[in-house]
Amino acid sequence: MAKSQNARLERKKFYSDPILVGMIVVLLIFLLLFILYPLLMLLVDSFYTEGRVTLDVFKRVLSLQRFRKAFTNTLVLGVITGLASTLIGLLFAYVEVYVKVRTKVLKRLFSVVSMLPVVSPPFVLSLSMIMLFGRSGIITRSLLKIYDSNVYGLGGIAIVQTMTFFPVCYLMLKGLLKNIDPSLEEATRDMGASRWKVFVSVTLPLLLPGLGNAFLVTFIESVADFANPMLIGGSYDTLATTIYLQVTGAYDSTGAAAMSVVLLSLTLILFLIQKYYLERKTAATLTGKASRARMPIEDKSVTVPLTIICGLAAAFVILMYIMVPFGALFTLWGRDYSLSLKWFQYMFKTSGLKAFKDSFVLSLIAAPLTALLSMVISYLVVKRKFKTKGFIEFVSMLAMAVPGTVLGIGYIRGYANGLFRTGVMGGLYGTGLILIIVFIVRSLPTGTRSGISALRQIDASIEESAYDMGANSARVFFTVTLPLIKDSFFSGLVTAFVRSITAISAIILLVTPQYLLITCQINEQAEKGNYGVACAYATVLIIITYGMVLIMNGLIKLFGTSRKIKEED
Amino acid sequence: MAKEKKGVRLEHISKIYQDPKTKKEFYAVHDTTLDIEPGTFVTLLGPSGCGKTTTLRMIAGFESPDEGEIYLGNEAINALTPNKRDTAMVFQSYALLPHYNVFDNVAYGLKIRKLPKEEIKKKVMDILELVELKGMESRMTNQLSGGQQQRVALARALVLEPGVLLFDEPLSNLDAKLRVTMRTEIRKIQQKVGITAVYVTHDQSEAMSISDKIIIMSKGKVEQIGTPREIYYHPKSRFVADFIGEANFLEARVEAVKGEKAAITVSGQPLEVNNFAGAKPGDTASLVIRPEAAGLSEDGLLDCKVTLSTFMGSYQYYQAKVGDVTVQITDYNPVNKKIYEVGENVKLNFDPNGVYIL
Repeated sequence: MAKSQNARLERKKFYSDPILVGMIVVLLIFLLLFILYPLLMLLVDSFYTEGRVTLDVFKRVLSLQRFRKAFTNTLVLGVITGLASTLIGLLFAYVEVYVKVRTKVLKRLFSVVSMLPVVSPPFVLSLSMIMLFGRSGIITRSLLKIYDSNVYGLGGIAIVQTMTFFPVCYLMLKGLLKNIDPSLEEATRDMGASRWKVFVSVTLPLLLPGLGNAFLVTFIESVADFANPMLIGGSYDTLATTIYLQVTGAYDSTGAAAMSVVLLSLTLILFLIQKYYLERKTAATLTGKASRARMPIEDKSVTVPLTIICGLAAAFVILMYIMVPFGALFTLWGRDYSLSLKWFQYMFKTSGLKAFKDSFVLSLIAAPLTALLSMVISYLVVKRKFKTKGFIEFVSMLAMAVPGTVLGIGYIRGYANGLFRTGVMGGLYGTGLILIIVFIVRSLPTGTRSGISALRQIDASIEESAYDMGANSARVFFTVTLPLIKDSFFSGLVTAFVRSITAISAIILLVTPQYLLITCQINEQAEKGNYGVACAYATVLIIITYGMVLIMNGLIKLFGTSRKIKEED
Repeated sequence: MAKEKKGVRLEHISKIYQDPKTKKEFYAVHDTTLDIEPGTFVTLLGPSGCGKTTTLRMIAGFESPDEGEIYLGNEAINALTPNKRDTAMVFQSYALLPHYNVFDNVAYGLKIRKLPKEEIKKKVMDILELVELKGMESRMTNQLSGGQQQRVALARALVLEPGVLLFDEPLSNLDAKLRVTMRTEIRKIQQKVGITAVYVTHDQSEAMSISDKIIIMSKGKVEQIGTPREIYYHPKSRFVADFIGEANFLEARVEAVKGEKAAITVSGQPLEVNNFAGAKPGDTASLVIRPEAAGLSEDGLLDCKVTLSTFMGSYQYYQAKVGDVTVQITDYNPVNKKIYEVGENVKLNFDPNGVYIL
């Protein structure tokens, strides 16, 4: 059958819309230059030296005892964090969806706990972990009188990462649990199964792909995490920190490139399993909408212990965050717990103001660009047909699997001497612009994902009708699509801003003395042991991000939420 | 009101789709040629998957044909995008812009055409009056009932004064009663405005009541084109006869032909029918008898045995066996008629001029 005419006509129609074509070209260039090219340079660096293809660099890196150790360390940490986060996430989700919780307090606690990791910089928990349980920790030294406590190492990182990442699992699993049709469980109960039997034979099997999914997502996060192992890892090096030290300590950027390829392959494989296998399976087992509300479990022997466990866990997480402002306010942690503002004063007297300004301005520029870009990508992916669509979707999602450290090394190798070391675009390296680009690339996947799921909710014929009435693609996007996914756009805006201002892994490799960034300052101060100053920075940072979230939520309320148009089926 | 009524011509249009599961390609629309005259109301009717919506979407420009050319008026429009075509579509789900009120929904296309503000206002108000939505212009679309949303969708399309108006099953989301009201209204407005309309539906009574012409489609092909009467009384194929209304099929063998008349046998029983021009002795044919055109009586054309007899209110419903074939009969206004019971041997009666063969 000849389909050539269709293809020819579609092409003609496509090119008669120059704005659409322009948008796609710009996007392609952006994705190629700032995601694919840097990763490609890593491959080139690790396989190609002195004009020939070789495995020498790999051999050298693999022979490093340090590297091999870091590799196993990373896997061990990933598995522990992944398992722990998934279990705690499941517990929280189960309690929220299935168990009748008497107090509203617990519900609020849950929402605060799931919100905190979003608005806080990634390594805040490491700081408070050190301050609570470290050598001069409040609990270890002042309360329990343990003077040689050691939080540094695998245990410390695993605890901190679990606390940082389990809310992600909690939110994912909560969504899935809500989609389980209660009548399935009621039917098995009716046939005589006990609650435990129902959980094991119905709920758990239905949830299994979802649990695997949650595990892999946290595994990837853990493997890619740089800041926590950096602060609290002590001598327990992971791939991310080893790569960082290879560049900053050993000045061996080709070696770092080869290590990055290893780390990238690891996250990429996990990502591909997660995205193309587990995510589909999850969707296949849990498609049905719950037909009616679930009768919550009221049995006291179930509710009481679960409520207590979750309440304690949530309280512990919150305590960790509360430590941060106190860390900044106490005169000398571990010795003198009188309140003073001296750390704040010190911070503002040194580089504080400049750091806040730089971080704030760069993030403020990056956020709207990210939000807009991710909405454009979502629109193209969901609503339009064109050749490079699959490529655009894949690359913008791929960025999710690229650890910040890897991206940072890629940018160093790719842009320090210009494109392909020719000096073209060499001016970009070391500027604020490249930092903004990194911010955008790092936040793009989350924004795109939320945009895509929002757009899939909108009946295709709404945009078709606008198109039919004479609007071109750009007009359809701005007068119909964007207003309908306003919520997703605004939340993308907040997320991009927060992610940017709290970013560290890629940025720390690329930032030049010209720019001071809050996160880098916190890292620097904490490394020096100036926890007071680090906490002061972190406190202000949390206030800024939380303030932005509040402002944005206010704006969303002001502009009214977009009515979701559910697809008719 | 329309600037210019335009006809629509499809010349040898084909559209190929791929089955998402088997990856096999198939013709959604196959070698379809249509000529829709300006100012007429034409309905594409067929079961789901027959290619009617695909045809409509090709006219609107959302799909491109794999073969053939589409003309709007005298212009070949294959390569034009939907926003450049002089067509306006009323969608099944109405597809009103939910963030705009009624006025802005109707004005959307006019604003794109950069008309002066005053003119836009006048046109919108006029059209809202036509569809009886005056005074509702500042309502949001979710504050409207289904029927009102339908009118907004219609107004929004009409106000652009398109060469042709396209309807994609516009009434399928309304309840049965409203559907009847709305279809009469759509027809009235179309005749008042005198616009060309192409209407897609799978509901035969809707198609019958609304159209100048009906195009029956099946499996991507046009089965028959004709006025509702022609389609009902002279279906060209068993599919059309079966799809439109109820039909009984009786297999017949032609024994002798004499001019228009023919002697035939049905289940071994001889019968003389009138309109058998062109048949040859030895041919087999199907007699098509509408249930309401058949009756039972003591003297009639064919022997049959009653197998079901049910009182339905406005009619008595029978099933009777002629040979091995079960025939359905609806005997209207049965109040003073003789009712036959199951097991009775009676005669099947029908107008021998009224039957037709396939």
